[in-house]
Amino acid sequence: MTTLQDDILPAATAVPSGSALLRIAAVLAGFAIVFGVVPAIATDYWLSSIIIPTIVMGLAGISLNLLQGYAGLVSLGSAAFMSVGVFSAYNLILRVPGLPLPAVLLLAGLIAAAAGIFFGLPALRIKGFYLGASTLGAQFFFQWLFTNYPWFSNGSQSLTISAPRLEIFGYDLQSPAGRYLLVATVTVLLIGLAFLVVKSRLGREWMAIRDMETAASVLGIRVARRKLQAYAISSFFLGITGVLWGFAYLGTADAYTYNLDKSFQVLFIVLIGGTATIFGNFLGAAFIVLTPILLDHLVLAANVAYLSDQGAITNLQRVLFGVIIIFILIKEPDGLSAWIRRGVEALQVRFTR
Amino acid sequence: MAYFLETLIAGLFAGLMYGLVAIGFVLIYKASGVFNFAQGAMVFLAALVFVTLVERGINFWVAFAATSALMILTAIVIEALVLRPLRNRDPLTLFMATLGLSFVIDGGAQFFLGTDVHMLDLGIDDIAQDYGGLFISSFDIVASLIVIAIVTVLAIVFSKTRMGVSLRAVADDTLAAQSIGIRLPVIWRIVWSVAGIVALIAGLLWGARQGVQYSLSLITLKALPVLIIGGFSSIPGAIAGGLIVGASEALADIYLGPLVNGSVSTWFAYILAVAFLLVRPAGLFGDRDIERV
Repeated sequence: MTTLQDDILPAATAVPSGSALLRIAAVLAGFAIVFGVVPAIATDYWLSSIIIPTIVMGLAGISLNLLQGYAGLVSLGSAAFMSVGVFSAYNLILRVPGLPLPAVLLLAGLIAAAAGIFFGLPALRIKGFYLGASTLGAQFFFQWLFTNYPWFSNGSQSLTISAPRLEIFGYDLQSPAGRYLLVATVTVLLIGLAFLVVKSRLGREWMAIRDMETAASVLGIRVARRKLQAYAISSFFLGITGVLWGFAYLGTADAYTYNLDKSFQVLFIVLIGGTATIFGNFLGAAFIVLTPILLDHLVLAANVAYLSDQGAITNLQRVLFGVIIIFILIKEPDGLSAWIRRGVEALQVRFTR
Repeated sequence: MAYFLETLIAGLFAGLMYGLVAIGFVLIYKASGVFNFAQGAMVFLAALVFVTLVERGINFWVAFAATSALMILTAIVIEALVLRPLRNRDPLTLFMATLGLSFVIDGGAQFFLGTDVHMLDLGIDDIAQDYGGLFISSFDIVASLIVIAIVTVLAIVFSKTRMGVSLRAVADDTLAAQSIGIRLPVIWRIVWSVAGIVALIAGLLWGARQGVQYSLSLITLKALPVLIIGGFSSIPGAIAGGLIVGASEALADIYLGPLVNGSVSTWFAYILAVAFLLVRPAGLFGDRDIERV
């Protein structure tokens, strides 16, 4: 079912060895940067406060993009499935002693996938924006569940869970570099999985459903099954993303860490990065992570007397953030990934001449 | 039994006020196909401007007129800067744009007018009085009369006036409406203005109830299940949906809440909305799309 198929884009098959080599070179260069250059040159501050959250949010964007960009299904509750992931992971570590971290991540993803299937069930009958109701229901339901039943946070008074000691087979991953390597490794594996999925028969059937559901079902695509698989796979990704966000970035988590704002942020990443792309999500994520930091510096640098009040600064940032979002939505309909595509095309032209 | 009835009635009244917020959404959805997440922010903006003017000693009706004018100005600016450049884009992009708009509106309102909580007194008592054994607040009665009046006025405007007919033409088939000379930007400006004034009235009623503060803009999240149940494009649907959500949410909180150790009002309406959709996928009064291949 999920056999790896050739790229169906005619442009890619028409240009032979040059672009294939370029692609392999790009992947190798990517590996070298991710596992060699970045850990070597990045400071702890950059790793902990900028690079790790950008990668994790980019992964969240990929998760939602699988559902929304490829399968055309709406979700306004991405953060809910992230919270299912982190609370599952916490309880697995707490209640199943000796379970290694990779198994914890995998199981947490699977539990989130189950939640995704459940809240995706209405998609079998409901279409379009109305699906927002179901996913928003998930958003508010899990937030309520994790705050009303202290069992999930092991009876903690503040309903907060704290990250366990992160280690894989005896290797300590507590340092910023260790957490970075964990996040980067998981992300690379999941990107690989995402590529396999979208290039497979499953991915192409998703796109057929997205583009015209009625036609897809006439062609014999099992629409219901494919939709549930989209919710399952997207939520699997989101669950693991949630664990990384809580354990590898924040070091702690509660139900409000994964609130509606976080869900909307993931949605922004998809739209700003570009729908139906994988790498565009990291541009979107960088935008979401960096914009508030930049605005902070900008407001401080402007040093307006009126802005001594922190509340006013926060509100000014809200306004600027809103303006930037509207601006990008208007100016770059295909998202920031259109930049990458143009860049790659320019490179291809240069190298295949 | 009296307790059940009182809960039910209080829920129905709250539902009418949800319905009022939902009407603002319906107007905009009908005319521009935009699911306007910023409607809650507009409610908050209108209430905050109004209460600030009244606190400066400005007469109620002058403040009302000034705030209405501001809402109309806001509508014109939104049409020019956001809607026109984004026309013909997909609904999710438009939704995200209105989400960005909500940041701009409620951030801007609080940046200029401050983050304090304001009390708003409309001069209507909010004390429960005995009506044949049932205690009902006269505020609720006045509020529901206002809601009924607005719905009646809107219904007459949309069915009898030229503007209303143009609006329905746009809602029915945007391209056809444009080709017979209906000017879309004008319709958008009018509809967003009307939605802004409905937001002002909703803001006054909600603000009088719970104070004028940021949480007013979160009313959006209450209006969403109302719309889903009623159908995105129907004003009677918004009211019916509001009544259903208000009543069932109030009852669920009282009777279901204790069983699951906590208030269920944050998510109950959504689960209810999904249950409704499973039976009627386009909502109670929504338009059913016909699909062609």
